[in-house]
Amino acid sequence: MTVPETAAEIARAVNERELSAAAIAAEFEARIHLREAAVGAFLTQTGALALAHAERVDARVRAGEELPLAGVPLAIKDNMCLTGTRTTCGSKILENWTAPYTATAVQRLLDAGALPVGKTNLDEFAMGSSCENSALGTTRNPWDRERVPGGSSGGSVAAVAAGEAVLALGSDTGGSIREPAAFCGVVGFKPTYGRVSRYGLIAFASSLDQIGPVARTVQDAARCYDVMAGHDPLDATSLARPVAATHNGLRDDLRGVRIGLVNEFTLSALGADVRATYERAYADLEGLGADLVDVSLPTADYGVATYYLIAPAECSSNLARFDGMRYGLRVPGADVAETYERTRAAGFGDEVKRRILIGTHALSSGYYDAYYVRAQKARTLIAADFATAFQRCDAIAAPAAASEAFRFAAKSDPYSMYLMDYYTIPMSLAGLPALSVPCGFVTPPDGAHPLPLGLQLTTPLFEERTLLGIAHAYERATMHASVRPPIAANETARV
Amino acid sequence: MMASDDIDVAYVAKLARIALSPDETERFGTQLTALLEHVAALEKLAVADVPATAQVVPSENVVRDDVPRPSLERETVLEAAPERQGAYFRVPRIIAEDSIVGEET
Repeated sequence: MTVPETAAEIARAVNERELSAAAIAAEFEARIHLREAAVGAFLTQTGALALAHAERVDARVRAGEELPLAGVPLAIKDNMCLTGTRTTCGSKILENWTAPYTATAVQRLLDAGALPVGKTNLDEFAMGSSCENSALGTTRNPWDRERVPGGSSGGSVAAVAAGEAVLALGSDTGGSIREPAAFCGVVGFKPTYGRVSRYGLIAFASSLDQIGPVARTVQDAARCYDVMAGHDPLDATSLARPVAATHNGLRDDLRGVRIGLVNEFTLSALGADVRATYERAYADLEGLGADLVDVSLPTADYGVATYYLIAPAECSSNLARFDGMRYGLRVPGADVAETYERTRAAGFGDEVKRRILIGTHALSSGYYDAYYVRAQKARTLIAADFATAFQRCDAIAAPAAASEAFRFAAKSDPYSMYLMDYYTIPMSLAGLPALSVPCGFVTPPDGAHPLPLGLQLTTPLFEERTLLGIAHAYERATMHASVRPPIAANETARV
Repeated sequence: MMASDDIDVAYVAKLARIALSPDETERFGTQLTALLEHVAALEKLAVADVPATAQVVPSENVVRDDVPRPSLERETVLEAAPERQGAYFRVPRIIAEDSIVGEET
């Protein structure tokens, strides 16, 4: 059996009963079985659950329903709850925790016909840019197994790149969808803050966290977003405003579109091949009819510093709930305080501890104004810079990451890892919708394989329709996304 | 101005309820001091008259209707407990014995 490569084609074939969802579930269970040893995208495989969902999808289609994601294999980042399934956040503190409810975003995709094939690896509690901070598994980049998939949504992007899933959910706090999507050559989309319900997403930094799709194509990302976006009474921060559909706003050219290039995002710090790839991407946008304009984000350079106060502060507060009392790991001590201390010492890895410590420090008496409030004020300036820039353009183009995928253990200094998100953090602080779309390949001097790069596009708040429309025109004209890693290259021939 | 003191990792770890080994205290101290030197760049921004932003998307506080609705089953929740006793979570004692007034011994 040949399963089409995109969600759009799969849903069409299942809705027209050319393919059964049950056959697709079986095919992907077999595919994951064959490829997982090389990739390691999943912490938990849920093939039996996918098959049960597939049978319900087939019954609904037979009864005359048409489902936008009928039979589409879906991987779910393991910081999102799925009833009855282990949900770990890649942490020892939740290693054996079974979710008693399902995240709203996940539920909406399942109701639309998606098949949950598994829960994917991530940097512990989504804190990291390489997936190396997972306490529970190693995920390898499908393009080069000696390299990281990016993070924190590393398992989700690797699963889609390797053809182990057709869609995946990631979460993005400072770049955790966009940077790994760039590293693995897939589309990764972070909607406006509040567009997608965070109910059932285990919180990291609540003013920044946002769920978004990972897909092979912009069209599939749009289809997934359209299903899950919109107000949810279970998340007080989810936006009540109406959501403009994106799947029918995809463009084929960029005539009349003004695209801003950020003066401060100089490409000179990048490797020569990486720089040339981005210069070609900008030229391709112009070739599609876009007007390229220079814009300035004078405070964007302060993004990383601002982020590494705000995100840890919120993290230290959110992760206070992991105390070993009602769920998760408990390591007993002589009294309750020692039980907390031992539980959290054994349950959290180094990066999570570092962020809790820096966040606790930034919020502590005597430091609160100097660190946390100052960072919140810097955030105001960063958001204002974007608002000014968007008076001159409809979208901004930039790199999605500071390099191609790097080797395991290459970033042992925490701050060098933080700098990987230099280009994605400002958009997160401003709450903007942003995505990464494949924009070409480089073969690094120390590597044997071509590695993908991602072009980041961002638009004003709530302008997801414009954003996906522009990204689609670029993707369609350049075709970078159609190149598959070797592990997935022959799947259309597989019977 | 931003505080320039080195972070007191042992004190902060106590506040955060995380036991650290001497090795961790030293290592995190070095790493977090380096991070604080990087974030000190924010001192260069003029922010005196800038309002703080807690959340960037316009929104206002919401309350839900006060209507009863189903919650998780008690048994489902208790199944996740590290320790339970019947219908209760079993947790360490939080009040010292000699401070309990009137308790029979």
